[in-house]
Amino acid sequence: MVDPSRSSLIRARTTTGERLTERLLLACGLLSVLTTAAIVGVLLLETLEFFSEVSLAQFFGDTQWTPLFADKHFGIWPLVAGTLLTSAIAIAVALPFGLLAAVYLAEFARPGVRRVLKPTLELLAGVPTIVYGYFALVALTPLLQRLIPELAGFNALSPGLAMGIMIIPMISSLSEDAIHAVPRTLREAAYALGASRLQTIFRIVLPTAMSGIAASVVLAVSRAVGETMIVAIAAGQQPRLTADPRVPVETMTAYIVQVGLGDTPTGTLEYRTIFAVGAALFLMTFVINLASQRLARRFRGAYG
Amino acid sequence: MMLSATTDRPPYRTASPDRDMETTANGIKIRAREVHAWYGDNQVLRDITMDIEAQRVTAIIGPSGCGKSTFIRCLNRMHEMITGARVEGSIELEGQDVYAHEVDPVLLRRRVGMVFQKPNPFPTMSIRDNVLAGLRLTRSERRSQGDAIVETALRQAALWEEVQDKLDARGLSLSGGQQQRLCIARALAVEPEVLLMDEPCSSLDPIATARIEDLLHDLCERYTIVIVTHNMQQAARVSQRTAFLLHGELVELADTNALFTSPADSRTEDYITGKFG
Repeated sequence: MVDPSRSSLIRARTTTGERLTERLLLACGLLSVLTTAAIVGVLLLETLEFFSEVSLAQFFGDTQWTPLFADKHFGIWPLVAGTLLTSAIAIAVALPFGLLAAVYLAEFARPGVRRVLKPTLELLAGVPTIVYGYFALVALTPLLQRLIPELAGFNALSPGLAMGIMIIPMISSLSEDAIHAVPRTLREAAYALGASRLQTIFRIVLPTAMSGIAASVVLAVSRAVGETMIVAIAAGQQPRLTADPRVPVETMTAYIVQVGLGDTPTGTLEYRTIFAVGAALFLMTFVINLASQRLARRFRGAYG
Repeated sequence: MMLSATTDRPPYRTASPDRDMETTANGIKIRAREVHAWYGDNQVLRDITMDIEAQRVTAIIGPSGCGKSTFIRCLNRMHEMITGARVEGSIELEGQDVYAHEVDPVLLRRRVGMVFQKPNPFPTMSIRDNVLAGLRLTRSERRSQGDAIVETALRQAALWEEVQDKLDARGLSLSGGQQQRLCIARALAVEPEVLLMDEPCSSLDPIATARIEDLLHDLCERYTIVIVTHNMQQAARVSQRTAFLLHGELVELADTNALFTSPADSRTEDYITGKFG
């Protein structure tokens, strides 16, 4: 006996419940869009206010950042330099270690080892950043001072290293996925041409997985650039246009914390500086992401 | 890896200058004796004994899962790349046991090249770089010779006319049939003696298939070719010798004409007349 409701081709009418659910889901989706729009809106508004008092020429032309002092200078470069320096140190640590860990996990580790090692490595990313910050300040810096006596108590080196350790799993995990996604047929093609295992990995597998690896590195860079707590604690709060990792510096994020936590009155120029710095930071990560897409397209194979 | 390699065989040698003298037409290029192969506990080859003649096309036919791909993968030791896979028995390339202890599979694979079922050009490389990939992967290629090698290999693979103006284009930008010929050119560029082809036309259209089949006629003047195919017409068209495998066993190996017109084994007859498979 055929169920008459099933044999009918006429669609049952949408119930009120279904329509309500749909609306609810739409609302949830819109909420995040609206939040983002609101953040960007406030950022832009306050930044425009800031630039009505401080010229772009000053912002990008001056080499000193002293908005909290009597002699005010609004040159963003010392903060940018601090951010770039700590991030560069972090990437210099995370890229080789992360990539080699990924190669090991994907190509050499036996399944049992991999099952244990991968989550353990990922644990590094789960450690609260405040812990890394204190680790950098009270453990890493004193240790490094034994090797480098002229290292200041606050410096770019030790928070940079701590950040590097923190972002290793971002690179290793995503890169491992990308390496894993390279089809067996390509490895077999290389082996069949008389390539050894290492030749196959470094000349065929890694280049093929390059877009995925590049994406992981960019994500890690973005994370390092945006990282706040570690640098706020261990890098110091002295905006300084330098590439010397031994002296105190201040990153863009650390400056925002400094002003945000301080007793700067709302609506003042000093207060608005953090929005201008925030907007610059936003722009920076945006450019990094844009560059990564370009990069990924250039390196793109069919896979990875 | 279990091997029954005997110790009194001559040590493996890399290509010698006079190797062309040794491979006189119709001499035995590869001698497989009592080859068994497993994936884990699953035995896929049983007691295969087969001679593969030099400068001939040998076709291996049989239903899916009969072990034909596994067999040729044993010939260049690609089989062992799979976890849990192992081989017993002996396989000799010109009298040298390829499973002998001191043999480097990497060196073996330079003499015994392979073309796979699906075209697999390296996606990050141009057509030129794909052809040179084998040389660049394994030894330093002399720049001045690169262009000549590329042209020779592409001509041998009957692809030169179609790609000579776009050697810097991605290998993947070619059609499926062209990609497969590019893979053949890539395999030929390292100058192997034997070319193993694992159903090289199974993902290609009839026109591309015909081009590859034509190619085999020319190639067998210089190379020993072993081609696995599930297509009996193809085996009849391209090969001089045909082996029929069933359930991991060699049922019959004969001249192609004889095998298709008067098979000695009733199972071969059943298969080629379409009673099963």
